[in-house]
Amino acid sequence: MPSWNVNDQKIPQGRLALFSYLSAAMVVFLLVGFWKLQVVQSVHFADLAERNGIRSISIIAPRGTMLDREGRVLVDSYPSFSILLLRDNPKLIEKSLPQIEDGLGIAREDLLQQLEAAKGEPKFLPVIIKPAASDADIAFVESHRADLPVLELMMVQRRRYPHGDMLANTIGYVGEVSEQDMEKYPDRYRPGDIVGKAGLEKQYNEQIEGTDGMRRVVVNSVGKVMRTLDNVEAIPGKPIQLTIDEDLQQLAENDFANKSGALIAMDARTGEVLAMVSRPTFNPNDFAIRIPNQEWAQLNSDPKTPLLNRAIQAQLAPGSVFKVVMATAMLESKALPASYTVYCPGYATFYGHLFHCDHAHGSVDLHKGIVASCDVYFYNVGKALGIDRIDQYAFGLGLGKRTGIDLPGEEAGLVPSEDWVERVDHHKWYPGSTISVAIGQGAVMVTPIQLARTIAAVANGGTLIPPHLLKNATDLTSGSFPLSDDTVQQVTDGMWGVVNEPDGTTSGMVKLQNIDFSGKTGTAQTESFELQKKLGQHLKENGWFVGYAPRRNPEIVVAALVEEGVWGSTSAAPIVRDVVKAYYDKKNGHAPQPSTAENILPSGVVRPAAQVSGAERQ
Amino acid sequence: MKDRPRIQDFDWTLLAIVGAISGMGVLEIYSSTHASAMAGMQWKQLMWIAIGLAGMLLISRIDYHTLMDQAPTLYMVGIAGLLVVLVLGYSRLGAKRWIRIGDLANLQVSEIMKLIIIIVLARYFAEVRTERLTLADLVKIGILTLIPVGLILKQPDLGTAMVLVPVAVVGAFMAGIQWKHLAVGAVLIALLVPFSWNMRHHLKPYQQQRIQTFLHPEEDQRGAGYQILQSEIAVGSGGFWGKGFGKGSQNQLGFVPVRYSDFILAALAEEQGFIGVCLVLLLYLGLILRLVDNAQKAKDRAGMYVVMGVTAILGFHVLVNASMVIGYMPVTGIPLPLMSYGGSATAFVFLALGLVMNVRMRRFVN
Repeated sequence: MPSWNVNDQKIPQGRLALFSYLSAAMVVFLLVGFWKLQVVQSVHFADLAERNGIRSISIIAPRGTMLDREGRVLVDSYPSFSILLLRDNPKLIEKSLPQIEDGLGIAREDLLQQLEAAKGEPKFLPVIIKPAASDADIAFVESHRADLPVLELMMVQRRRYPHGDMLANTIGYVGEVSEQDMEKYPDRYRPGDIVGKAGLEKQYNEQIEGTDGMRRVVVNSVGKVMRTLDNVEAIPGKPIQLTIDEDLQQLAENDFANKSGALIAMDARTGEVLAMVSRPTFNPNDFAIRIPNQEWAQLNSDPKTPLLNRAIQAQLAPGSVFKVVMATAMLESKALPASYTVYCPGYATFYGHLFHCDHAHGSVDLHKGIVASCDVYFYNVGKALGIDRIDQYAFGLGLGKRTGIDLPGEEAGLVPSEDWVERVDHHKWYPGSTISVAIGQGAVMVTPIQLARTIAAVANGGTLIPPHLLKNATDLTSGSFPLSDDTVQQVTDGMWGVVNEPDGTTSGMVKLQNIDFSGKTGTAQTESFELQKKLGQHLKENGWFVGYAPRRNPEIVVAALVEEGVWGSTSAAPIVRDVVKAYYDKKNGHAPQPSTAENILPSGVVRPAAQVSGAERQ
Repeated sequence: MKDRPRIQDFDWTLLAIVGAISGMGVLEIYSSTHASAMAGMQWKQLMWIAIGLAGMLLISRIDYHTLMDQAPTLYMVGIAGLLVVLVLGYSRLGAKRWIRIGDLANLQVSEIMKLIIIIVLARYFAEVRTERLTLADLVKIGILTLIPVGLILKQPDLGTAMVLVPVAVVGAFMAGIQWKHLAVGAVLIALLVPFSWNMRHHLKPYQQQRIQTFLHPEEDQRGAGYQILQSEIAVGSGGFWGKGFGKGSQNQLGFVPVRYSDFILAALAEEQGFIGVCLVLLLYLGLILRLVDNAQKAKDRAGMYVVMGVTAILGFHVLVNASMVIGYMPVTGIPLPLMSYGGSATAFVFLALGLVMNVRMRRFVN
């Protein structure tokens, strides 16, 4: 028997007992450890476990559609996917950045910048790193669920403008909510939310934006969705119906082609805006995703100011269109008799300065003054009225103040007064300035929408219609500046003559059969002579035409501005005529005639866009 | 007095405890994997348990004295096997731990080494006739133990290597270690820890990583620290009563790492709560006390050392695994005996218990 194998009964009982006690102590030690986690800290860990496995995903509410007056879609929304970066694990994000950079083609700096911007947000709220994911992007995210659990897809609703740049400045555009807005409505917006930034999108944002829903899902450790916990459906935004008539809008846009300018067509009885053009313009679809910084900077700094809605924001000299206001003031104030007549040799001298006229009109009365647009006649009217009385009628007829259209950013224009000159230029009113103002030059500035409303007011006896774009707009109030019937009769006869009489400034070129089409041309210097000298270049005049029909109590009024169009009669008047004709064609049950080559201006007037620069004043 | 060991002399109480623990393990493996691509794993585990039981029966038939007679040969074979693994071994998950036996199984030699070291050290301790271990004894024990430890560390498999050490430590304690040696040993360990910390750059990268993440779990959330954190979340969120069988989100959604194996206690803690953990740990305590009881009743000191060697390894497994699950220790890859899924590990436990049965059955045999 080997030495170790003797029958040795001396078992160390004491040490074995001690071992048993140590084992019991070990189990107690472990149980204390479990107790600490499972009883003392269980709430904390339950919270961590929940956050681990539960993910909240926003369901973006589609913005309400915009319809034209006949229910045709001008703006709608469509579903698309955004790629989210989940931020609850910064270490993991850092590790995944190079892969994300490659796979989705997003610059590292952009990613870091977006993460930085979202720093103040709760960690469980993700960042949108790619708003419009392509099929390839979606495939990338799906196939990397296991190794890139920080990426997630979210279905979103994107804005779509099926007509591209048509009506773009009026519709406006959407974009990511600004920090100011988030501060203003802390409960309403989160970074990356899409809101209306300009135009109607901004004006009616509350009605059309809807309420986002929220889906809570259970995800596993590799980010795969296992099941849905609850689902708060998104409430889609309400659609809005506009007063715009797509047919008229499209026709007007086509007429403008590549010219700069603006047009506004309104129902002259209600103030419903039928068409509103501003050129050059932009394509709001470019904003519907996320506009690259560079493109945005370009749009913003473009000297042609495509983002400006010229119909309500361009403040320009009205030129001879202002003579309608002068004529009304002359008759209403009775500063001069209705039979007042002037001899026009083609120029006149006031206060030692020479003032020009287009032609030597000979003997001119009020009717001829309007029809042939004789400057000399109105110089004299202006001198007789004085700036105070001119102001009184200009203001009364709606110039120098906002029309109150339901769009953000409308400009007020300017009717210069003695007070204004003293306040701004710190000198007394020069009487010579009144002479310039009398023909719509000098400091007087109007917007196209003001001018349309003013002409309509003169033709309807002094009712200032409330321009608006929302079809079922409530609490609209018309302004009132009653004019005597005699005044209206004489002035509207003059405007009828502009279009229909042989010596009218439109030379009968825009006459319409069976329609009492009337209006007034204007050719306005774009800048003061001093500025022109400073710029060292001669800016061409802007062409205006404000037309309406019928000659009294009009149904439709259309104001058109063609920048550097020079003669309103040749540049702006044909566009207005086309719109008015289309309006009546529709009303009488004919399809509106598409614009033909003859409707468009003589070729000499159309200029390549490149030559147009610095023509607008803002 | 009987002259032959009989099956009736099996420790049926011990087997009942083993059955209870294994049963809970199989249920938790089912809960952890039934909804995943690994569904059906519980059947494989049951198969391993059946194989283990057969092995236990087999090993209990061979008199442990016969096994101890062959100790030197077994030791040489074991060392040779570990060398073969290092040279020819089959790599998986960056470690060479397996020898391929045909297409059937991959033999994990280090598990067999655990059995061999129990027998070898038991024989060595039984040969010590004095009441106290001399320094020379300790050095020899140390060498015997550290050769396989070193070879297993090379694989690398820190966990299994560590597991061999308690066999020597518990054996030395039973054999009567002197207080001064114990004190010197304690001082040495106290010095060794900072030294090995300075030598950490000589560790394998994964070992460095594990130590790093143990010390700073929040820094690497997807690595080992992430595993510990997710394990703690699972355990903590289970609360007192647990979330219910098959209802642990951490477990079911896969946040608990290797939830059917090394972290099965975390999965169980989440679903069965503190109550379930109490039951499991008390069952393990029952197992250990029952093993100690067998040691106390052993016919000779050799048998006692065999049983305590088994007890030391199982107890160490439970201590290290449970500590890891609650974040008290780094991730070392030491499974929870009888509960964690795994062929070699389960087979080892049953074979080791076979040795215990072996000793028990012969306590009345002359």
